Parts: sequence; C-alpha cells; structure tokens
Amino acid sequence: MKCDICGGLAIIGMPQNRLNLCEEHYQAWVLKMVQRAIEHHHMFMPQDRILVAVSGGKDSLGLWDILTRLGYQTEGVYIHLGITHEDYSDVSQHKVEQFAAERGLAYQVVNVRQTYGQSIPELKSTGRGKHLCAVCGLVKRHIMNRIAYEGGYACIATGHQVDDEAAILLQNALHWQSGYLGRQGPVLPSTHPRLARKVKPLCRLYERESAAYALVRGIDFVEQECPYAVRATSIFYKQILNQIEARSPGTKRQFYDGLVEGKANGELVFHSDKVDEEPALNAQDYQTCPHCGQPTLGSGLCAFCRLWEPPHE
Amino acid sequence: METAKVIYRKKEWEVAAGMTVRSAIEKVGVDPSTVIPLRAKKVVNEQTLLQAGDELKLVNVISGG
Repeated sequence: MKCDICGGLAIIGMPQNRLNLCEEHYQAWVLKMVQRAIEHHHMFMPQDRILVAVSGGKDSLGLWDILTRLGYQTEGVYIHLGITHEDYSDVSQHKVEQFAAERGLAYQVVNVRQTYGQSIPELKSTGRGKHLCAVCGLVKRHIMNRIAYEGGYACIATGHQVDDEAAILLQNALHWQSGYLGRQGPVLPSTHPRLARKVKPLCRLYERESAAYALVRGIDFVEQECPYAVRATSIFYKQILNQIEARSPGTKRQFYDGLVEGKANGELVFHSDKVDEEPALNAQDYQTCPHCGQPTLGSGLCAFCRLWEPPHE
Repeated sequence: METAKVIYRKKEWEVAAGMTVRSAIEKVGVDPSTVIPLRAKKVVNEQTLLQAGDELKLVNVISGG
C-alpha cells in the first residue's frame, strides 16, 4: 500500500477518507485536521491558555502533543481517581508525568483521595451516587471547572474523538434524551463564569486515527482499559458503530457531523424539561453552592458536595 | 512451516508467514477496525506481508468511559 501523496510506504489506510498515508504525511494530515476543527468551530486563539485534561491515554496525550506542535499554549491537568486495580491510577499518572517531562510541559495533578478524603471507588462504596462512572464524571467535571476558573484558562480541551461522540450520540438518540442531544457538540460554551468552556479538537478524527498518531509519535500511553469501563455501554455502542462503518465507511462521521451541522443551521432543535438534562442557559439561572461556591441548578449543596458526608474541607 | 507471532492483550498466536497483516488479525479472531498493528514497534499497514519470525503486536484502540 502506497502513500497517496509521496508514493512511499503507507502505514495506514483510511477507507472513509479514501486516503492511504506514510508516517510523515499521516502526521501532517492529523495536524491539519485538528487545526481545521479548531478554526471551523472557533475553539480558541493562539494567545489563549488552554487546559488539557489528560488521563494518560492515547487520545488525551496525543491531543496535548498535537496542540503543542501547533504552537498553542497548553498546560495539563491529571486527576488521580484512586483506582488501585492493577495500579491503574498510579500507572496513568506516571505516563502523564513522563510525557510532560520529556517535552518540558507544565501540568498539575489533583489527587481525589488526598484532596477530598476518599478515592472514587471508596466514595462509591459508601452508597452515594447511582453508578461509579457517573460519580467519576461528576467529580472530574467539578475539579476541571475549579482548576480552569482558578487558573484563568480560556477553555478545557479534552481528547474526545468521532467514535466517542458517535457512541454518545447513538446512546442519547436511542433513548431520545433531547436535553443531552441539545448539549452535545465540539464546543460546549460557558454558561457561567465558573463553568469552563469545553472544546474537543479531535472531533474530526476516528479513534483508530488518534491511536495511530500516538503510536507513530512514540507516545507511551496507558494501554490498559479503566477496570470500571471494561463493560461500559459506550464500548458496546462503539462496536455496533464499527460494524456499520465496515459496511459503509464514513457513517460514523456522517452521523456525528449531521448532528453538529443540523444544530448549527437550525434544522435540529432539542429541548427537555428534565432538569438533569437541560442546562441553564445563562448565569442568572444558577444558584451558588454554599459550600464550594460553584454554580448549581438546585438550592443548597451542589451535586458534587452532596457526594461527601460531611462535606469535604 | 515458517511462522510469525501475533500478540494481543497478553495472548499469543502463531500464524503462517506470508499472510497479510489483515488476514493474521482476522485469523486470531480480532476485528481489524479495533486495533493498530505494530511490527518492531512501528505501525504497519494491513496489506503488509508477514515474514518468518515477525512479531505483530496489536494495540487495542477502543476505550470506554
């Protein structure tokens, strides 16, 4: 298989793009795709400081590498969740530290157990929260918003790619969760000064392409799966979508792009009366958590502070 | 018979040399769309022919969460 640009040996074929590329031109293509996404969706500007949420996995470390190569000002944040199975959180933190040290990049680590008194599995074992992944998501969102606000970052960049987004879209569409459908997109605007703007610069890359980039770049990422995500619903939906993709290349991207474009041009409008699905649209819709000071849609403690009994210090 | 080795998630298989990478991946029951193949730590395309003694490591690309 030959590179469509130089005729050299291709390392990857992308049927959905009708494109085969060698190592050099593949890297250039990835950088171009991400830069296009950043500009097309007005994610951020060169002078902005960007907080990159890194897990130690292929997507987030690859994203950090790409943004750095594109010349953006980035700092990383790693949230140590306290997952001890096969030293998952420790190993992941080590990968992030090693990556940052090799490139001279700044980052910070927030250890959930050291900061709030309990790890995510310990917190879940107390019976608070419905599902561990939901608790984990809530904790991570709270911490990232806090770090972004305190550090004055323009936005938080995450490593979500097409497969992540298409799987979420399929799940939400199958259950007609219109509030979630209304919120999904490559840019989640800030609706309150203490709720960070969130961007997904890998929104034009397939998960396979993101992994190939990390491997080509020699990034040492965590290959093991989060032990709590092994049977995650999102993996099941990704497998279903990959079966469709094999029959009809490009379907995953068309599915996701259809949502993004439909919302942008007004053809798709979603509304939900469910409080947990429909976000407030402006700062006046929020109340302030009396404990942590972060905005909340209900009165009293926010959902994060209600997880801890008594509330964390 | 000359063979090459396929490694995926701590499991190993022997496959016939001369097979394409894609055929080897399918032979061991893995969906090619879910992995990136590495030979000598380098990404290789699916049409690459395996040589005797090659080690093909398959890196899983699907993550949940």
